[in-house]
Amino acid sequence: MRVLAAMSGGVDSSVAAALIHEEGHEVTGVTLKLWQGPDGQAPTHGCCTVSDSEDARRVAAGLDIPYYVFDYTDDFASAVVNPFVDSYRNGRTPNPCVECNRSIKFSILLEEAARLDCDLLVTGHYARVSREDGRWRLQRGVDRSKDQSYVLHMLGQRELARTRFPVGEMNKTETRRVAADLGLRNAQKRDSYEICFIADDYRRFIAQAAPEAIRPGPIVDASLNRLGEHRGVVNFTVGQRRGLGVAVGEPRYVVELDPHTSTVVIGSARDLLTKAIEVENVSWVDDAPPQEDQLECLVQLRVHGEPVRARVAPSDSCADRSLVTFDEPERSPAPGQAAVFYRGDQVLGGGTIARLLR
Amino acid sequence: MLYLDHAATTPIRPRVWEEISGLADRGWGNPTGLHASARAAKNTLEEARERVAAVVGCRPLEVVFTGGGTESDNLAVKGAALAGGERGAVVTSAVEHEAVLSSARFLEEWGCPVTRVGVDRDGLVDPSEVAAAVTPDTAVVSVMAANNETGARQPVRKIAEAVRDRTRCRALVHTDAVQAFISEELRVEDLRVDLMSLAAHKFGGPTGVGVLYVREGVGLEPVAHGGGQELGRRSGSHNVLGAVGMALAMELAAEDRDRFHRDVSEARRRFETTLAEQVPGLSITSHSARMIQHSHLRFPGVANQTLLVRLDRLGLAASAGSSCQSGAAQVSHVLSAMGLSDSEARAGVRFSFGWTTRPEDGDLAAQLTLSALKGLL
Repeated sequence: MRVLAAMSGGVDSSVAAALIHEEGHEVTGVTLKLWQGPDGQAPTHGCCTVSDSEDARRVAAGLDIPYYVFDYTDDFASAVVNPFVDSYRNGRTPNPCVECNRSIKFSILLEEAARLDCDLLVTGHYARVSREDGRWRLQRGVDRSKDQSYVLHMLGQRELARTRFPVGEMNKTETRRVAADLGLRNAQKRDSYEICFIADDYRRFIAQAAPEAIRPGPIVDASLNRLGEHRGVVNFTVGQRRGLGVAVGEPRYVVELDPHTSTVVIGSARDLLTKAIEVENVSWVDDAPPQEDQLECLVQLRVHGEPVRARVAPSDSCADRSLVTFDEPERSPAPGQAAVFYRGDQVLGGGTIARLLR
Repeated sequence: MLYLDHAATTPIRPRVWEEISGLADRGWGNPTGLHASARAAKNTLEEARERVAAVVGCRPLEVVFTGGGTESDNLAVKGAALAGGERGAVVTSAVEHEAVLSSARFLEEWGCPVTRVGVDRDGLVDPSEVAAAVTPDTAVVSVMAANNETGARQPVRKIAEAVRDRTRCRALVHTDAVQAFISEELRVEDLRVDLMSLAAHKFGGPTGVGVLYVREGVGLEPVAHGGGQELGRRSGSHNVLGAVGMALAMELAAEDRDRFHRDVSEARRRFETTLAEQVPGLSITSHSARMIQHSHLRFPGVANQTLLVRLDRLGLAASAGSSCQSGAAQVSHVLSAMGLSDSEARAGVRFSFGWTTRPEDGDLAAQLTLSALKGLL
């Protein structure tokens, strides 16, 4: 088969490209240029650095496969970075990896792969694609600590049919060993955890990208008593405990953000408890929602969150919305994050948390 | 492999390789020394300078050897604007090579006024518009002889004359002739320029060596300060072997020009005729204004990134004409200046023919391009 391998210059995608190449496929490597500094030059740290693409190029040269850099900076800005800023501006906590996978990697890049007559797109994500009873399935990666199925929940049958994640079958130690065995020069390169286009602090990034979004305002309790001041709601996430700058006896958390009045509402752990959430942009791995009116499943609410038991029902008002009711009230959901539905290790679908029902 | 990216760089002519390797014993010295090896190198260098001067019709000491086209452009534009401790004004065009445009931007940051004259749909500047932008403060006017992306030839002589007709004008006229030399006979007295940039690797010479022609009496602020080589105009130990390679490559290109025109124009004619028949809506950029070796084509609805990868797979080397360091295709400032939309610009692919091109390469290139386009149109 002909395969397009997305190569970031990191260990995982390098090993993914090497493994699929070892299987005897005709592999083309590509690095996505997604971000550039304000001066139009490649950044020197963070993602998309010249040194990262140079690592990818060297790995591709070692595998003796053709290698290209595709420039998607405009698409990335409009589909990922601008919505990221808007989301914070609206008092939400976005996950840009989800949007990048939805709009860039498994959309624009997958289409480009087809135009380049490639049968498959391979990336270095820790997740598994399999086929059962004629349907494609998405499962958590074998290495639970590296699992990335959460940020891939939007993949449907069409995408999964043309996507493979070779390192999803391995744990990270194995990946590094394979990298070393293959003589990959970046076998010991450190893992990246940060948001790829943000070099230091997301708050500073938003302050630069949308200075008008940073408006000071009051910190209040549930009864609207003024407890202090803050410099902008973008600095907060629902559920956040640290950095409130308000000294009260018992632990206090951000329970609500109102971007219109620039108000941060804080309360106790009990005030955070959420019975249900409304989820928007819902998609299903099987393309259609399950038959059940009330789908009993596990729901993961954060990248590294533990899944919790819940029932998912289609929203009466809107087709791509679902109502997720937790078996036990939950403290952790934050608007803007993804809610991903699982059965065991299998991803059923997911969407974006729109509203908390407490 | 079919190499149609000669505008990026060209294969070195075998005779240039031979000449350079033949200098192993007397070309390595430092020409500024006083001993025998220095004298040998100095003689070799000055002979190369004379040969370069003969080809472009100037005096040997008007030839400054540099590290290439970009450095020649930097020395011309920055050197002229900053000469005499001044912050002279710069007039240039919107379609110049980055070496000129970035130099102008740098000068702007340091307080030199910069005017960028626009171009028409063919990519051509209007000499009277250039002249109108010139003021008594203008230190240098820089307009390229031909564009690296589209091949569009600028009316350099007319521009130079129009500038000189301005009253109280002291501006020097520079032309970046890096892309033009292989196909155009460029004599400085015909062009009426004060400064002209050339780069050896664009016409069968080695990379890393170029020339800036500097008319006698013109003072430039050096860009590279140091030991004062090249009469203080370009410090740094001489690249003697490069200079020899450059001189010979210039002579060979000049001798070969008639054949070059015949073969390249025939190859391009076959290439474009076949494609025009088969590709609905095909556009040729700068069609009526370009040099013989450029074929910048726009395939409607086809992103150049996709087409270039498919061409590469089939063994045809072409280019988007404009790329960043990583090699990713970018929207070209040249095409934008010509009034093309981003999507038109992203549909542009530059095929550039060269001294290794044979007429039948045009047929092969057309067939490969049609295969690469399969399913995309």
